[in-house]
Amino acid sequence: MTAMEYALFGLLKKEFLALLKDKKSRLVLVGPPLLQLLVFGYAASFDLNRVPVAIYNEDPGPASRELIAHFTGTQTFREVERITHQDQIAHCIDSRKALLVLHIGRDFSRDLARRRPASVQILVDGRNSNTASIALNYAQSILSDFNREWIERHRLPMPRVQLTVRAWFNPNLESRWFIVPGIVGLLTLVVTMVVTALSVAREREQGTFDQLLVTPYTPLQILIGKALPGMAIGLIEASFILVMAVYWFRIPFVGSIGALYLGMVLFLMASVGVGLMISSFAVTQQQGLLGAFLFVVPAVLLSGYATPIANMPEAVQTLTLLNPLRYFLVIVRGVMLEGLPPSSLLDQYVPMALIGLATLAVATWMFRRRLY
Amino acid sequence: MNADSTLSSSGRRGLRLLGLMRKEFLQVRRDPSSIAIAFLLPLLLLLLFGYGVSLDAKHVRLALVADAPAPATADFFAAFQHSEYFLPGVYADFRHARAALDRREVSAIVRLPQDFARRVEAGTGTSVQVILDGVDANTARLLSGYIQGAASSWLQRRAAASAGASIQPIQVQARIWFNPAVRSRDYLVPGLIAVITTLIGALLTAMVVAREWDRGTLEAILATPVSVAEMLIGKIAPYYLLGMGGMLLSIAMALFLFEVPLRGSLWVLLLTGTLFLLTALGMGLLISTVARNQFVAGQVAIIVTFLPAFMLSGFLFDIHSMPTAIQGITYLVAARYFVAILHTVFLAGDVWDVIVPNAIALATMAAGFLTLAARHMPRRLG
Repeated sequence: MTAMEYALFGLLKKEFLALLKDKKSRLVLVGPPLLQLLVFGYAASFDLNRVPVAIYNEDPGPASRELIAHFTGTQTFREVERITHQDQIAHCIDSRKALLVLHIGRDFSRDLARRRPASVQILVDGRNSNTASIALNYAQSILSDFNREWIERHRLPMPRVQLTVRAWFNPNLESRWFIVPGIVGLLTLVVTMVVTALSVAREREQGTFDQLLVTPYTPLQILIGKALPGMAIGLIEASFILVMAVYWFRIPFVGSIGALYLGMVLFLMASVGVGLMISSFAVTQQQGLLGAFLFVVPAVLLSGYATPIANMPEAVQTLTLLNPLRYFLVIVRGVMLEGLPPSSLLDQYVPMALIGLATLAVATWMFRRRLY
Repeated sequence: MNADSTLSSSGRRGLRLLGLMRKEFLQVRRDPSSIAIAFLLPLLLLLLFGYGVSLDAKHVRLALVADAPAPATADFFAAFQHSEYFLPGVYADFRHARAALDRREVSAIVRLPQDFARRVEAGTGTSVQVILDGVDANTARLLSGYIQGAASSWLQRRAAASAGASIQPIQVQARIWFNPAVRSRDYLVPGLIAVITTLIGALLTAMVVAREWDRGTLEAILATPVSVAEMLIGKIAPYYLLGMGGMLLSIAMALFLFEVPLRGSLWVLLLTGTLFLLTALGMGLLISTVARNQFVAGQVAIIVTFLPAFMLSGFLFDIHSMPTAIQGITYLVAARYFVAILHTVFLAGDVWDVIVPNAIALATMAAGFLTLAARHMPRRLG
């Protein structure tokens, strides 16, 4: 080991100690991310089940009872109330007792028997419009199942077009398959940001950064000393979350580990770079924390983690090009669900590498400048 | 003895409190990041969210393939071309369409079989193949609904053109209350006010006691006759004002910039907002007093405030559909109660059945966090 390497080793040891020496810091780095993975892995889903539904049936015939059985016989819907009067509908929805009200009119069975179109009214609480449209979609698919059975049983003419819908890469359209790989990126970003964004700011506030600058270390060495612990902790946590995603949440992993880890290293480099850049600008830890927030929150919102980038306006879509999480999410989902090879992920690797190099360069430059 | 001794004891308390608050205000002024937290954060987040984040899939790229092009297939495709939901492109064959799906250029393929035109003319049933890119399951499901809708409106048009053709036995009349246009912005923006207030409240106070530990100024305060209650009020009052300013800014932006309707009353919003802000401030103070250093306090603040408010509050993901154990945890997330109130007051109106229980929950949580913070507030250096 040369003297240089030995000196760098000492610096790294100091940085790791600064992060891990006290029990609370260690706990904060390990405990919450794992807890969050478990909680969010189960909570973060757009799939609905046990949707509370109230039924208002004015029809005395057998057909309406059959239709109701179609609704209550599934996991998706759960009958919470039987309405007997028109006036109760509004209260049921207003008070959020039911998300959906199924209203079957007086002539339902008679119309069906006479082969006239029988109509059913569905009222949905639209306060959360996404939940509302998903619930409505479920209800409509139950009704079209009912229609198909009815047509077959009564030998009615078949409708001319039937759609057969298949979803590739996620046949049952489980949103957990989409969200949990996203959590790998999300939590990794949060952990590396909190580790790095406060690291330089803390030394500045305590005055030890000036001491570091008067040592024979070059700014590049100081940068390595600050960047490597963040990357190492990020890599370990990301790997652990990944293992949990595959073995606990049973998310398929069809691609190559190499393709994913290449992306992960570049992603960590970019997020450590952003964190250190923020830290190098901050004078107090509060500023560092604020900077981390001002980056993490938009980065999560505009990453395609929960809402698709394609739905955003053009200008915002352009802005997301600066967001390393955006690229990593494509990689982690592409590799896990679709099995994309590294060659088709090049357009994701390169931007992250560029973001990493640019931010690390700015951070190094700022280390020097701030002293004066 | 100095001049102070001539004042009554309550007067001295008042002076001490004023002094403490003045000190906090000065600290706010010296490090403008507190003001940035209160006003820049909501501005930035609301702009990003209001303009940037939408769950409404519009202009989705779609590949249309007819194995045997004919007037009937072109007629079917026309149903997609005149919809604002789709940006359809007709592909020559399935191989090309499939390649486009693999490259993520299109989100779905609609494929009409060889005998489509013949069977449609003959009146026998035919099946249309729809292939969705299922990676984003939520969008895929919405998209599937849109495609079904386009296909069935085509069917209805055909049925109307040729009398006596088959129709569906049951027809659905669906109505979505409170948000008939299904604009996701109308529920995301009010919910976001809860997320932002959580952030402001917790971030502002998470650092303030920890900072005194870090800088060693706590000893100086403990040496004064300041009581725990005075210290608590001194720490909270300035940040409460800042936080309310941030919340008012958010509400104003929701109403005037994003044109979210306010169907309930403003005073309900402000009153419950106060309760929620006190909860968030109390949470931040508690973190700050327990963590004792800014590094840990900052990390804990991000992890226990922002992420749960984002994921477990019902702001984005439906609480009823979560597993029972997770639903239990959501009761500990203050944002959940405020999100319920915000959605209702903005979109539905003053529904007391929703507002009162949630407001009581908020008041309880605020009292709980503030008491805990007071109890953990350092009395001596240990």
